Amino acid sequence: MALSMDISVALISIAPFLAAFLAPLIFRFTGHLAGWVLSIVPAGIFTYLIPFIKPISEGKFVQTSLNWVPEYGINLSFFIDGLSLTFALLISGIGTIIVIYSGKYLKGHHDQGKFLAYILMFMGSMLGLVLADNMVALFVYWELTSITSFLLIGFNHKKQASRRAAIQALVITGGGGLALLVGILLMQQMLGGVWELSAIREYGGALQEMSLYPVVLVLFLIAAFTKSAQFPFHFWLPNAMEAPTPVSAFLHSATMVKAGVYLLARMNPTLGGSEIWSITLISFGSITLLWGAVWALKQTDMKQMLAQTTVASLGLLVILIGIGTDIALTAMVIYLVAHALYKASFFLIAGILDHGTGTRDITELGGLRRLMPLSFILAIIAAISMAGLPPAIGFFAKEEMYLSLLQNDLKSIIVLIVLIAGNAMMLVVGASIAIKPFLGGLKPTPIKPHEGSLALIIGPLLFGILALLSGIFITYTGKMIIAPTASAISNLAIENDLKWYFAMFLKPIILLSVITWALGALLFFKLDAIRKFLRSLDDGFSWNFDIGFDWLMFSLIRFADAITRFWHHGRLELYMIVVFVALGVAVIVPLIINNAMPAMPTSMPSLTFYEWSVILLAAVGLIAMLVAKTRLVAIVSLGIQGFAVALIFMLFGAPDLAFTQFMVEILTVVILALVMSRLYLDRRDNRIFEDILRDGSIALVCGVGITMLLISVVQYPIDLRLTDFFAATSLPIAHGRNIVNVILVDFRGLDTFGEIAVVMGAGIAVLVLIRIRSGGRQIGIGAKKNKPRGKSTRVKKAATASKAKNIVASKAKTKMTKAKQKTIKPIRRSKGAKA
Amino acid sequence: MNTIIFRTIAPILVAIMVVFSVFILLRGHNEPGGGFIGGLIAASAIAIYGIAAGVEEVRKALKFDPIAIAGFGVFIAGLAGLLSYFYQVPFLTGLWAYLDIGPSKVALSTPLLFDIGVYFAVLGTIAAIALALEEDEEGK
Repeated sequence: MALSMDISVALISIAPFLAAFLAPLIFRFTGHLAGWVLSIVPAGIFTYLIPFIKPISEGKFVQTSLNWVPEYGINLSFFIDGLSLTFALLISGIGTIIVIYSGKYLKGHHDQGKFLAYILMFMGSMLGLVLADNMVALFVYWELTSITSFLLIGFNHKKQASRRAAIQALVITGGGGLALLVGILLMQQMLGGVWELSAIREYGGALQEMSLYPVVLVLFLIAAFTKSAQFPFHFWLPNAMEAPTPVSAFLHSATMVKAGVYLLARMNPTLGGSEIWSITLISFGSITLLWGAVWALKQTDMKQMLAQTTVASLGLLVILIGIGTDIALTAMVIYLVAHALYKASFFLIAGILDHGTGTRDITELGGLRRLMPLSFILAIIAAISMAGLPPAIGFFAKEEMYLSLLQNDLKSIIVLIVLIAGNAMMLVVGASIAIKPFLGGLKPTPIKPHEGSLALIIGPLLFGILALLSGIFITYTGKMIIAPTASAISNLAIENDLKWYFAMFLKPIILLSVITWALGALLFFKLDAIRKFLRSLDDGFSWNFDIGFDWLMFSLIRFADAITRFWHHGRLELYMIVVFVALGVAVIVPLIINNAMPAMPTSMPSLTFYEWSVILLAAVGLIAMLVAKTRLVAIVSLGIQGFAVALIFMLFGAPDLAFTQFMVEILTVVILALVMSRLYLDRRDNRIFEDILRDGSIALVCGVGITMLLISVVQYPIDLRLTDFFAATSLPIAHGRNIVNVILVDFRGLDTFGEIAVVMGAGIAVLVLIRIRSGGRQIGIGAKKNKPRGKSTRVKKAATASKAKNIVASKAKTKMTKAKQKTIKPIRRSKGAKA
Repeated sequence: MNTIIFRTIAPILVAIMVVFSVFILLRGHNEPGGGFIGGLIAASAIAIYGIAAGVEEVRKALKFDPIAIAGFGVFIAGLAGLLSYFYQVPFLTGLWAYLDIGPSKVALSTPLLFDIGVYFAVLGTIAAIALALEEDEEGK
């Protein structure tokens, strides 16, 4: 082979992504035929995987690895054993059909290219998920399936229901993904740094002896249960039916929802076999099975019926993994394959019916057998497999699962009853979809009924043939597919002896099947009555999981909103108080706690007269600011103080600093003056006495704190090592005599780079704030102000603000004064402007 | 503020300030100065011009949106750092080249380029804020 094995296996999961990249382009050139063109990719993967079947059935497996993050021992490694091969074959095989089908199904949809891209991306993620050997890779692919599923469910993003379903699926499966991440990291730590699944399973149940085993188990179960829609996370799956039908067929019946089952199967050797494992899986699986099966009976929308039975089937798979015996695992694999085939088939037929008649409500359809004969036959085949009738493969799934429960203990009997009930109810759904739309009198439909074209019908046709052939040649299927997969799940060789022989129909176990069929037939004829009864029952409840989920999401939003409002109240003076109180506390408290208050200098420093005069200048500026009558004078006085400080820098040998300080002072004064004129502040500072006291004390505390800090700094000898280093190296290695500049642009260049990025970011933020206030660049506050409408809104705003303050503010008096001020201000301001 | 003396003097003042800011920027490596101070001076010049001639006028003269100038500055600074990539040395390593122009030797270096980036980032940001504030001032 020209390509090395490593790369070609990695390509299995990467090729669909590349194809996805090209999909919109291909769509542009080929139109609705894009489905046929793009199906080459999954078909190619499928044919590439076929030759693996034989060596893997002989117990070999393929392992490859590409460097990813070698520093942490994380590699992009893949392996192919029975389990991953079966999954990969299902994904690529069904995927091929789905891509072809979508080409026709969404013909004329302007976003079809995007849709095909999403489908292919999903396929790549799913293939990567089942082939991944490294757990980090597994996690990444796991999350990718959640994201692509989100995109596909929300494909009709103009529909509110689609968006909601998409978000719901993302929140639930994504949340499960987080649990998986934590579980993976814990497991990796507990096993001493092993990332590879193939290596982990060699440890067998060693993990179960450790104290953290239950935690890891719960994390993995959350991940699997959310993905595979187990109770109580089951509700997202039926909602996901908002997606176009090919998506439902591919993701939400045949592949993605089985990722959770895959994870459980993969972890079976490591986490499985314990009491807690089997009890949890069996009980949650049982609830899910019954729940899904009963709810399926209630529906009339075919997609909803199928979705609910998918939930039920996933529960069944989980039960079988929970039982964990050789026969149960064999049954689980057969059922997995059978279910993927018949459920995908059913969904596609539902799509054909929807496409051909304009409705998928089962009560509105009837008598289509002459108009859509092929669909009718294919639906019957799918129903045969679903009901577990010979010769379809579904028959063996049912036989084996009953066989695995033939034990004389209460647990097995209860589970057996659950399985029979669940299977019977699913049978009803399958039968009603296969029979009701086709038999009886022809009912009027929105579109004149017509049979699906080749692209639509080819899928159910192939799946149906496969379901029959794999059933008829069960010995071969059992040896090549079922046994290696089951062996991979248990990590021990599991043989099976599946074959057709006449005596099997005389064994007592066949009775269980007969009971299932009989029960199913009974339910089928009473379906309308049962549906009516279930609906009336349901109307009695005002709560369901969906409402619960919505409540949870809205609570989250409300909670976030409350926190934001609490911290981000929009009152500038409170922000300033928080900042400066924090500063004061941060400076003063450590000095007090450590008992490190510096000793006050006792003697006057000896300074020249001009140094004294500069200090005097600073003091004058400060006092002028404090006693200033108007705000503008105060700002300018603060500037005087700043200039004096700059002079001090200059006198003590820091020209760069002084220079910068001068510029900063100028700009501060200019910008403050500009800001002041825009904030509708009065010319005078009208703070009431309590506010002056409060702000004054905060300022005093901060000032004293900083002074103390500086005094204590200068009481220690200055460490000149850095100074010496820069002085010595600035010119020789950085070619600059100005040390400050050399530090800024060379020695600490990365810091400066970060700083200018922050400066720019802050600038953008300021611009945004200014423009929000002025309502757009061109309009400006002034323009608005000339219109009476603007004025009235502002007054109204002030009124609402004062209302809001009722909740927040503590000082009633301040509040009143301020509210009054705000209401009056605009009027006053406009007077000022005129004057 | 908008006196005729100020309006007459402003353009000359602004021109001098901008030239001075470039001078400060270029001498920065060896004498007091540098991109930060230079940027501040240039930004003040623009603010003054805005007050004197109106924001529209300044925006027209600048050609680019000031915040885009700031972005350009950050970009230039990043680029100066990335040049070291071609010499297989760490990000932001200073690289020097000397040009002989007549009698004098002119040093070209990535720290200089970096400092120019700082100059534009500071100039753009402060100018953007000042102009946005002045704009509203005018609207009244």
